[in-house]
Amino acid sequence: MNEALKTELGKQGIFATSLQELYNWGRRSSLWPLNFGLACCAIEMIATTMARYDLARFGAEVFRPSPRQADLMIIAGTITKKMAPQVVRLYNQMPEPKYVISMGACAISGGPFKQGYNVLKGIDRYIPVDIYIPGCPPRPEALIDGFMALQKIIDEQALTGASRPRHLNAAEPSEFIIPKFGAHDLEPPQNPAVWHAPLVNITTAGEDTSGNA
Amino acid sequence: MHLSSTSRPQARIPLETLKADIETNLPGCVVEIISNPSPSAQHSLLVDAEHAFAVATFLRDQRNLDYCSNVTGIDWPLKEISQKVKVKKLVDDVETEVEEVQKSLTGGYLEVVYHLYSMELKTGPVILRMRTADRADGVHLPSLTPIWRSADFQEREIFDLYGVTFDGHPDLRRILMWDEFTDHPMRRDYVEPDDYEYEPTAHDEVLRKTEAHYANKAGDNKFGDSAV
Repeated sequence: MNEALKTELGKQGIFATSLQELYNWGRRSSLWPLNFGLACCAIEMIATTMARYDLARFGAEVFRPSPRQADLMIIAGTITKKMAPQVVRLYNQMPEPKYVISMGACAISGGPFKQGYNVLKGIDRYIPVDIYIPGCPPRPEALIDGFMALQKIIDEQALTGASRPRHLNAAEPSEFIIPKFGAHDLEPPQNPAVWHAPLVNITTAGEDTSGNA
Repeated sequence: MHLSSTSRPQARIPLETLKADIETNLPGCVVEIISNPSPSAQHSLLVDAEHAFAVATFLRDQRNLDYCSNVTGIDWPLKEISQKVKVKKLVDDVETEVEEVQKSLTGGYLEVVYHLYSMELKTGPVILRMRTADRADGVHLPSLTPIWRSADFQEREIFDLYGVTFDGHPDLRRILMWDEFTDHPMRRDYVEPDDYEYEPTAHDEVLRKTEAHYANKAGDNKFGDSAV
């Protein structure tokens, strides 16, 4: 619908909308996050929900302790390899539509523990992530900003067509491989359907190619 | 404010006295003083694994070391050290001093360190060490958890990360890594899975990891990680 016409109609007291807008408005205004924190980022997440930052302004004050009732997973903290299968399992147990915010350096890439033997190098190795919030830990403002970015994504989703969201496309999976505890590492170490290593090409001055990866 | 004399910490127990004390009270026990050359000068007692349980019981019950604050492990891989020694030798029938390189092997065992304090006497720490026979099959040491309960989780951690088996531990399971894990990550020869991911400023350890990763994947696309 023409935006100008809609505004004009609104001035005349006529409310015009589309099913898509109504649907997306309803979903984005009432996201129920999973009550789930892993490390220090969780403290910032808790602060965000409390009186000072008040995430309730954005319709996300109902943190559910059950994945069955949640539609947003805020991965707040370090995911150890021992914890990773449980995180994926919780995600699989959430009903569609579901979204993931990867909060902080650890949840994005392993952060300061990236070169360790026991920390997962980012939860996006196993589940699709919608929003990445960098920081160590990110401030509540950053989480709110990430949250608003997620609301914007939801707002712009088309309900039909090839680019429709996953929960409206029966061919798209809603559950992902839960990694198994192997003898040396998680098996598989990443889900190739979800993640592939970033492509990097660096040219350096002179013959120094040590930065190329 | 009243300060009684017992509220002040007492001087540390001299290790020589304690060593002699243990050896007279527990015949057959081998105690060695390991000196610490650093400024902290925290010297320690090395006890043989066979008598360690008896020594620990004696220290707790007879010498009031009632609190075990910390248990940790150390890996000493087998290492060849070479020392330059001046030796007198006959060279062309003349006795001259010649420098010779003497090679010897050290390490080849795992070590467990206990820090003991006395709450009653307000003194400590007394540092107790035990060594395993080797780093492969002879990694058994007596558990001191029956004596100091605070050693429970820490001995499990050493079992997990160093692979020391504590005989007599009430619940010896891995504590940090999962049960199916077979490696001991804190050992110096631990090889972690080749799971390298691009780093913008790789240096030192990480740079070596990068190079090893791409050496393993020689034929692959150099600019993309194809670990899928």
